[in-house]
Amino acid sequence: MAGEKPLAFVAERQIPPSPPPARTGGLLGWARDNLFSGVFNTAATLLSVVFVAWILASVVPWLFLDSVWHASSLQECRAVDDGACLAVINERFLQFVFGFYPDELRWRPVAAFALLFVAIWPALFTAAPRKLLIFTALYPLLAYWLIWGGSFWGPVGVLVGPAIGWACVHFLPSLVRGRMDEGLAFLSAVGAGGLAAVLWWLFGVSVFDDALSAVLAVGLEPVESARLGGFLLSTIIGVSGIAGSLPIGIVLALGRRSNLILIKACCVGFIEFIRGVPLITLLFVAWLLLAYFLPPGAEFDLILRVVIMVTAFASAYMAEVIRGGLAALPTGQYEAADSLGLDYWKSMRLIILPQALKISIPGIVNTFIGLFKDTTLVIVIGLLDPVGLLQPIRADQNWNGIVWELYGFIALFFFIFCFAMSRYSMYLERNLDVGHR
Amino acid sequence: MSDTDRKGAMTAAATERDEERRAMTTSGEVAIEIAGMNKWFGEFHVLRDINLTVYSGERIVICGPSGSGKSTLIRCINALESHQTGRIVVEGTELSSDIKNIDRIRSEVGMCFQHFNLFPHLSVLENCTLAPIWVRREPKKEAEERAGYYLERVKIGDQALKYPGQLSGGQQQRVAIARSLCMQPRIMLFDEPTSALDPEMIKEVLDVMVDLAESGMTMLVVSHEMGFARQVAHRIIFMDEGQIVEQNEPEAFFNNPQSERTRLFLSQILSH
Repeated sequence: MAGEKPLAFVAERQIPPSPPPARTGGLLGWARDNLFSGVFNTAATLLSVVFVAWILASVVPWLFLDSVWHASSLQECRAVDDGACLAVINERFLQFVFGFYPDELRWRPVAAFALLFVAIWPALFTAAPRKLLIFTALYPLLAYWLIWGGSFWGPVGVLVGPAIGWACVHFLPSLVRGRMDEGLAFLSAVGAGGLAAVLWWLFGVSVFDDALSAVLAVGLEPVESARLGGFLLSTIIGVSGIAGSLPIGIVLALGRRSNLILIKACCVGFIEFIRGVPLITLLFVAWLLLAYFLPPGAEFDLILRVVIMVTAFASAYMAEVIRGGLAALPTGQYEAADSLGLDYWKSMRLIILPQALKISIPGIVNTFIGLFKDTTLVIVIGLLDPVGLLQPIRADQNWNGIVWELYGFIALFFFIFCFAMSRYSMYLERNLDVGHR
Repeated sequence: MSDTDRKGAMTAAATERDEERRAMTTSGEVAIEIAGMNKWFGEFHVLRDINLTVYSGERIVICGPSGSGKSTLIRCINALESHQTGRIVVEGTELSSDIKNIDRIRSEVGMCFQHFNLFPHLSVLENCTLAPIWVRREPKKEAEERAGYYLERVKIGDQALKYPGQLSGGQQQRVAIARSLCMQPRIMLFDEPTSALDPEMIKEVLDVMVDLAESGMTMLVVSHEMGFARQVAHRIIFMDEGQIVEQNEPEAFFNNPQSERTRLFLSQILSH
């Protein structure tokens, strides 16, 4: 055909790379492209601006300009200005934080809270010195001792339990070497060690404590659980639940995928049962029913019972989140680990879990945040978490009728914690993202 | 070199290999012995009465249409799949359900997969040192030195600190080979090592495999790279419908296939 270009083509030169065209117009250009690109968009933008301005116009004066920080009752507040009556928070702040914890001992929970950051530092950031993990492992006992007080030998006695268990696992197999199958001997030693540790905790610790206290009494003044409340209580339950539910959830998730039918059945049964029951029901069980099952006279702290229930509840959800991560890994990863001769635990620890947990981070943090907010449910069994403290404050005739300020303050507290967790999870995801471009 | 010359050279090399192989089978030690092995996936009879003896230093290429059971066969050798009847003996250890035997065999047998299966959360170097450190309990420094040596040998030493996601497919497969070699296996299994690669990357992987073959490694390769098979294999096995249909020395296999199914298969894959 006449006029048609020839089909054959050869590039005459190599085109060198050049920088992309500069973005046009900076901020104004961006605004024009995204906010005012048409009649509809322009109208929507203007409407949004009006709406935001309207909200701010009522909130800012109420919260900042006209708010009252110093007054002894709602009437006084109203007499001074018509903004937020933040005087109630000013007056009750320490109660919100500590509940009814004795005034002169408040340094103890504060110290425990400060040490919490030292304890979680190596767990959250790889840059922290690894040796600190020993402190992290000891922290629960230390925090317990600081907050509840009592004899120093109690927590030390608890530590002796694992030591006894370890000794059993380490030395028992050598006693029966040659007379028993090695694997079987190891398994029985693990069982015996676990049993010995539990028996020690149930009966040995108090004897140990009494004996050593008779020689050298070291201790802090005990504080009853009933006096704990406020954000202190929320933080205790929340942090324990978070710290406990992740490892238990991992074990349950692995158990659910196990080939051993008994282990699998136990894990599935636990997960399905706990997930199928409302948390409030479990809290009532912790409050009322557990007392019937315990031997008479056995003391079992209510807060500890609640922590166990909350942890169990979160673990079941955690297990399902992590199972999702495990299922998302290509089977090739399992096969590659197997083909290199790694045994089950090593391949889980080194290959499978690091990847599965990374995939599960959003779900894990989601469960953490849910758990932390669910701690407010302990109000139904009479524990005085921040929401529980509202009742007596609002019943006080000085502050009768105050609503927004109190709920807003509690919401702010929970928001700060949950937002911090959310930001950390995003940081972690970015940090662990290697070479998936 | 003219066409006839090349053919002549290849034939000479092949004859040499045939002699090598005969020497192996008459005097050599047995690396893998498979006798009367059967496997089913549910109702599906995927491997049917497999009998195969592999001698130390022998290089075998297994080919056959897809679904013929060739991958399953080599996956049975390191117990990624379990067989139901018959026996598999690898380096004198019989594969049974005993976990210790399985772990011992797996650390003697290296495996490369079609999709490389590198660990994406570990650097190239860590991929290579993980098993020596955790399975063989080698000191880290020693493991890293050997990993450096093998990475150099697969011509990827300069990428040791990168992550698998930053490498091309061919580079990843070479890392996977180095990772297996770091365990100093006596047998290497390859499960279609080049079939997930772009054409221009196939050569770099095959070059590494040829180099490995020349070092005397016992190799079982599931592959459709017929050029590679001609060049290095002592023996070619053709499988179809779960059965070993034909096996022979490369020259005889390609020039004079005995079975109708082999002829059909060869005509299909060599038609382009």
